[in-house]
Amino acid sequence: MENSCQNSFKKGVIDGLPIGLGYLSVSFAFGIKAVQQGFPAPLAVLMSMTNLTSAGQFAGLDLIIAGGSFVEMALTQFIINLRYALMSISLSQKLSEKVTLIQRMLIAFGNTDEVFAVAVSNREKVGKKYMYGLILLPYIGWSLGTLTGAVAGNILPESLITALGIAIYGMFVAIVVPPMKKSRTVAIVVAIAIALNCIFKYTPYLSQVSSGFVIIICAVAAAAIGALIQPINDVGAPERTEE
Amino acid sequence: MKISSYIIINLAVMALVTYLIRAVALILIRKKIENKFIKSFLYYIPYAVLAAMTIPAIFTSTGSVYSAVLGLVVAVVVAFFERGLVTVALSACVTVFVTEFLMKIM
Repeated sequence: MENSCQNSFKKGVIDGLPIGLGYLSVSFAFGIKAVQQGFPAPLAVLMSMTNLTSAGQFAGLDLIIAGGSFVEMALTQFIINLRYALMSISLSQKLSEKVTLIQRMLIAFGNTDEVFAVAVSNREKVGKKYMYGLILLPYIGWSLGTLTGAVAGNILPESLITALGIAIYGMFVAIVVPPMKKSRTVAIVVAIAIALNCIFKYTPYLSQVSSGFVIIICAVAAAAIGALIQPINDVGAPERTEE
Repeated sequence: MKISSYIIINLAVMALVTYLIRAVALILIRKKIENKFIKSFLYYIPYAVLAAMTIPAIFTSTGSVYSAVLGLVVAVVVAFFERGLVTVALSACVTVFVTEFLMKIM
């Protein structure tokens, strides 16, 4: 198990297909919103092609429309996207040792929430070809969805667009729920993260903490508790078998 | 809003900050982390992050909190039967669409 490595480009593309489809709808909504607010369509597409991040782009769009400063933009992006640092630390342990520096720099660009979650859900380590395959369709889907939304979004009825807003969360649910069935600790970690997040969101004063920071605080606390109650073994699965 | 250097520089700032956050750890951490606690912590991180990103944000992601709650319930049920990312996401979208349609005509 230690030496085996998932490095098939084709397997990566197959695993990336559902992410790419999911991204189509979310970036479609992004493209529509950008153009509705008067943002130039080509630049909305450029933003998607250079950023490849949902929450950061929606916030960035609002900030540009509001005429914010560059420093404000840098800080906003830093706070909203800091969770990627956690994911990259986690992914660094999943990548095959054969992946070189330049290849790591390329892979880092495509390390989105979903790409990360799918990559680390492999039992083996993952190689560069698998990662390139995995990132390909999400990248195309994110860029193409933005383009379509920006250019042709206004032909769609409002009801269809609001329905698409839930797509990204549906994907998160699809990633989180199956492992909750297999491991009670994963279920506990998920419950703690949600409970903490709600406390932050609905408590006076606490609700003023930026959502990017809140996600990090909740995730770190919940994962730490999970690690304390049930450490994982070398294969990367929770140690005790559960009922 | 016209294409301007103000927007272009903002895009560059966004892309640079986002990329650096993603790249630094991936480039610097080349060794296997041996510490059992940290390894376990990293195992649980994706689920914790995604859960915190989903709830409560999902409730304001659609036109009404009722359609969002129904969408979430359907997504959880479909995900429980391990139907894959696209199926789960689309069933949530369809649920929201139908719910909001029914709310409009009733």
